[in-house]
Amino acid sequence: MMRYFIRRLLLAIPTLLAMLTVVFVLVRLVPGDAAVAMLGDQASEANLAALRARLGLDQPLYVQYLGFIGDALRGDLGTSLVSGRPVLEEVANVLPYTLELTAAAMIIGTVFGLPLGVWAALRRNRWEDYFTRLLSLTGLSFPGFVSAILLLLAFAVYLRWLPVMSSASGDPLTHLRNLILPALNLGLIMMAYITRVTRSSMLNVLGEDYVRTARAKGVRPSRLVMRHALRNALVPIVTVVGLYFGTLIGNSVLTEIVFTRPGLGKLILGALNSRDYTLLQGLMIVFASFVILVNIITDLVYSLVDPRVSLSK
Amino acid sequence: MTSATMTSAPSRQPNALIQAFRRNKLSWLGLALLVFIVAIAVFAPLLSPYDPLAQDILHRLEPPSAAHWLGTDTYGRDVMSRLFYGARISLFIGFVAVLIAMTCGSAIGLLAGYFGGLFDQFVMGIVDVMLSFPTLLLGLMIAAMLGASLENLIVAIAITEMAPFARVARAPTISLKQRDFVEAGHALGFSHIRIMGVHILPNMVSDIVVVGSLWMATAIRTEASLSFIGLGVQPPTPTWGGMIREGFENILNSWWLTVFPSLAILITVLALNILGDALRDAIDPKMRSE
Repeated sequence: MMRYFIRRLLLAIPTLLAMLTVVFVLVRLVPGDAAVAMLGDQASEANLAALRARLGLDQPLYVQYLGFIGDALRGDLGTSLVSGRPVLEEVANVLPYTLELTAAAMIIGTVFGLPLGVWAALRRNRWEDYFTRLLSLTGLSFPGFVSAILLLLAFAVYLRWLPVMSSASGDPLTHLRNLILPALNLGLIMMAYITRVTRSSMLNVLGEDYVRTARAKGVRPSRLVMRHALRNALVPIVTVVGLYFGTLIGNSVLTEIVFTRPGLGKLILGALNSRDYTLLQGLMIVFASFVILVNIITDLVYSLVDPRVSLSK
Repeated sequence: MTSATMTSAPSRQPNALIQAFRRNKLSWLGLALLVFIVAIAVFAPLLSPYDPLAQDILHRLEPPSAAHWLGTDTYGRDVMSRLFYGARISLFIGFVAVLIAMTCGSAIGLLAGYFGGLFDQFVMGIVDVMLSFPTLLLGLMIAAMLGASLENLIVAIAITEMAPFARVARAPTISLKQRDFVEAGHALGFSHIRIMGVHILPNMVSDIVVVGSLWMATAIRTEASLSFIGLGVQPPTPTWGGMIREGFENILNSWWLTVFPSLAILITVLALNILGDALRDAIDPKMRSE
């Protein structure tokens, strides 16, 4: 297991390098001069020159590139142009909030999505199935901020059950209350994805010969579903949950903005509004690294749910 | 998106699409909704009761009434008229962005698959990295770098959606280039461009178009999200995401400013997703949802 993990990590290095290159190119997409874009047209030539020197923009492109890759690999993502603090420190300050939100959403999505998908598959082509499919398709269609706004209007503005602002709080109970709406928003979207994949994966497995054999042998329906069908249907489900992690992160950014909740989303919005390009660039690297990491974890989870997946491959 | 994994070119019956529609009853709902929204976008000038940009400060923030069915916004502009004109922008951006992504992405995949070797590995390596960025964040980054405008928004969305098309075009190219008719083309001394354009591309164009229609839902969702963040088409031009952004400031007392554009986005994306499901059925019988 450990050896596989290390090999998988090593395989991620070229991906990581390529990702850093893409980010480097993207940041240099700024039409004209990045320094002018940041400081505005009215900035004095001295200020522009100072900023160019600080960002290393006055150096040849290959020197900039090598310096950028070297720094990034050493874990130095630069310093924020606005706060002057290291990007990693800025990220570390708010990361727990985003992780907490995504984890809560994953739990909600799995706890509700998995049984709903199984149910829809078992009631195939009846009204329950049509209802579930329409429900999950609706969930898939929501941009993260639209569902967040509708939840906010319903539960915070009209029913007044939960707070409108989900800002940080030291009190654990308030903290949990603040988490409910944002987590529910992301969780429902995740639920829609999981329900859909679970349904189609279960339908595939339920048609297999071994399930028919088990049924013919008189295996109890609950045992048939849990042990024979769901266990084998889990592999594609895990893949899709891993794949949609990127979507989840994107939606968490929007969710945090709507609920004015601290986290990476608010950090991104701040960086956008203040044209803090080093912070944006750093955040991009952090997000993409997360996705790469989740892909590795997904590969590892395969082996746990499906013994046929050989780790030595 | 799972649509990115559809890379095979299965043989189809000519009326596969009609059959897919017959099988999947929901698809009629999707089609009806989409036709409705496209009609609104096309006939916006005829359907809109007011000028979407006309301000009327005396009647600002009015709730839905007989005069203004969907209420008015902070500047007294008619929400329904803005919603109708917003449909034009959303559909236009979604369509053009996907068209660009489809053209450029397929060209990249075609070239990579046709020439193979190191070029293929290099190009597909970049494509894989592009796929590892969350779509919304990549779009956000590019839009932020380029600056907020209609053209830049289209470019940003097109770049984020290029990678899946490269994948979709590459796989059939690899199998098609080994077929006899391509070999024959080589023997006759046809140029690479002629073989790719005349002999390979037409064999996979329907797959690419189907995948394109699937990605339009994502494009419209990304457009709305970026406009909500403030990276979209700038005011006063009405866009759905932009309307929600403006209405969000008054969320505590003017629900109609956010609810109606939200529903418009939801219905459009839902209609496209339902249709996408039906098209997926048509293109790949293995992925049938029934």
